[in-house]
Amino acid sequence: MSRKTLIPIGPYHPLQEEPELFKLYCDGEIVKDIQWVTGYNHRSIEKLSESKTYEQVFFLVERICGICSTSHPFAFANAVEEIVGIEPTDRAKYIRSIIGELERIHSHLLWVGLAGHFLGYNTVFMWAWKYREPVLDLFEMITGNRNSYAMFRVGGVRRDIESDKIAAIRKILSEVKTKTDLLTGAVMDDPVIHARLKGVGILTKQDVIDYGAVGPTARASGVAIDVRKDDPYAAYPLVNWKVITAQAGDVFAKAEVRLLEMYESISIIEQCLKGLEKEKEGDIMVKVNEIPEGIGHGRAEAPRGEVFHFVVSDGSNSPARHKIRAPSYVNIATFKKSCVGQTIADATITLAGVDPCYCCTERMAVVYDANSGEKIMNARELIDRSISKSHDLMEELKKNK
Amino acid sequence: MESESIIKSFKEKFTAEILEITEKNHKRVVITIKPDSLLNLAKYLYKDAGFRFIIASAIHTKRGFEIHYHFSKDSAGLILNLHVILDRNNPEVESLSNMFNASNWIEREMHELFGINFLNHPNQDKLISEGNWAEGVYPYRKEFKSNSEEKE
Repeated sequence: MSRKTLIPIGPYHPLQEEPELFKLYCDGEIVKDIQWVTGYNHRSIEKLSESKTYEQVFFLVERICGICSTSHPFAFANAVEEIVGIEPTDRAKYIRSIIGELERIHSHLLWVGLAGHFLGYNTVFMWAWKYREPVLDLFEMITGNRNSYAMFRVGGVRRDIESDKIAAIRKILSEVKTKTDLLTGAVMDDPVIHARLKGVGILTKQDVIDYGAVGPTARASGVAIDVRKDDPYAAYPLVNWKVITAQAGDVFAKAEVRLLEMYESISIIEQCLKGLEKEKEGDIMVKVNEIPEGIGHGRAEAPRGEVFHFVVSDGSNSPARHKIRAPSYVNIATFKKSCVGQTIADATITLAGVDPCYCCTERMAVVYDANSGEKIMNARELIDRSISKSHDLMEELKKNK
Repeated sequence: MESESIIKSFKEKFTAEILEITEKNHKRVVITIKPDSLLNLAKYLYKDAGFRFIIASAIHTKRGFEIHYHFSKDSAGLILNLHVILDRNNPEVESLSNMFNASNWIEREMHELFGINFLNHPNQDKLISEGNWAEGVYPYRKEFKSNSEEKE
């Protein structure tokens, strides 16, 4: 066997906030195999949930993910409401969908920004995060929190969106739309981004089916699955929108899907606001007296794909079993297909391509030679390598002009 | 309805293997089957009927170890659970990971958290508690008490 170099990304990921370790086995520049090590921060939320009451579990599951913090309470509410057999009021449904879609917009903007950062496009990073800010302000206005909104409960939502706030929401939304136009135009027209991302980290349709991948990762490979359409919940059956797909399966297709999805989200929110105006203010809760015995399946389309909650109730006031599957659980496994055969410079963006909840905590990515144990590269150098590839491409394109 | 015809044809095809069917509504169906026939039925769902494997949930109950294998037929919005009940003392069942990769991690997880053995699994190493958890102690079993629970 030829000599392979081991490149660890982790145990604290330089791209993602989660502590996890990717071991890239490389032969020269090419990644030959990848292994995933996790569990550094296992919080045992499923077990914890069994010791909490249903009302408390909402706050617990909200803390599974900081970026898509509303999708877990969303799925849990759907699961418990299936057990009880109730439907929230239309007003509560609209409010739920508005929160869900606002979250999608801020999460996708965050991804575009970070993807730009790791390609050496710091302007994209600055722009995207600047334009994400008004969305967080909106959240603060509606829910009182910039993150972890605590809006959901069994049978409805905790806070109403008062009619006098709707005009302000519309105003911020139209601003976000103009900025999204700007960003989408800049990203989609840039020849270097095309050269850098097209054909990188390809996931075929068969891979998606084999690994059960979900969300934009699946939709970018031509698998048109979206829980909002397939198994409609909240206000999604009441509004018009379409599922965005792309065929190529590479990182560019994933970026395209996310950028275009933001427009659909804006359109959904606008329709929900119209719906809100028709409903009576304050009608946001259906009273639930007790949770009967039974099982419930809750699904919600998070920015990263389908969130699945399975709740078993024994008639007491806390779940007897609560199984949670976040979308990254199935999406991360696909790295085995998308990363192998890529160069190291492309590995960082391929790993970021499925958007497994990250922030830039560049702490411990250090490259060692597998044989001598000698330190070769640190996180900064890894990222520099990715950035310099973009620069080389830029120069090349200039020369060819 | 698409989901109704799927369930109907499934029932007719596998009458001998099905122990019980609970249909909450036409989008949520739990089918309790004999553990021996799991591989066969999962193969039919995945290969022939075009289902997607979502995840599996293990539960420790009075009846033993139960696993719900959640399958989704996305075009019909249907969730179909293949439900198996395994022996209390020697829980083991055939692995699905040789058919699709989607079940690889969750079977490893159920193995380390519940102590359920998956036969012919390609690699049943620990997934989330490598190197920081005692062998043979299964934290998601009902008899397991955490430190705070023991004090009470």
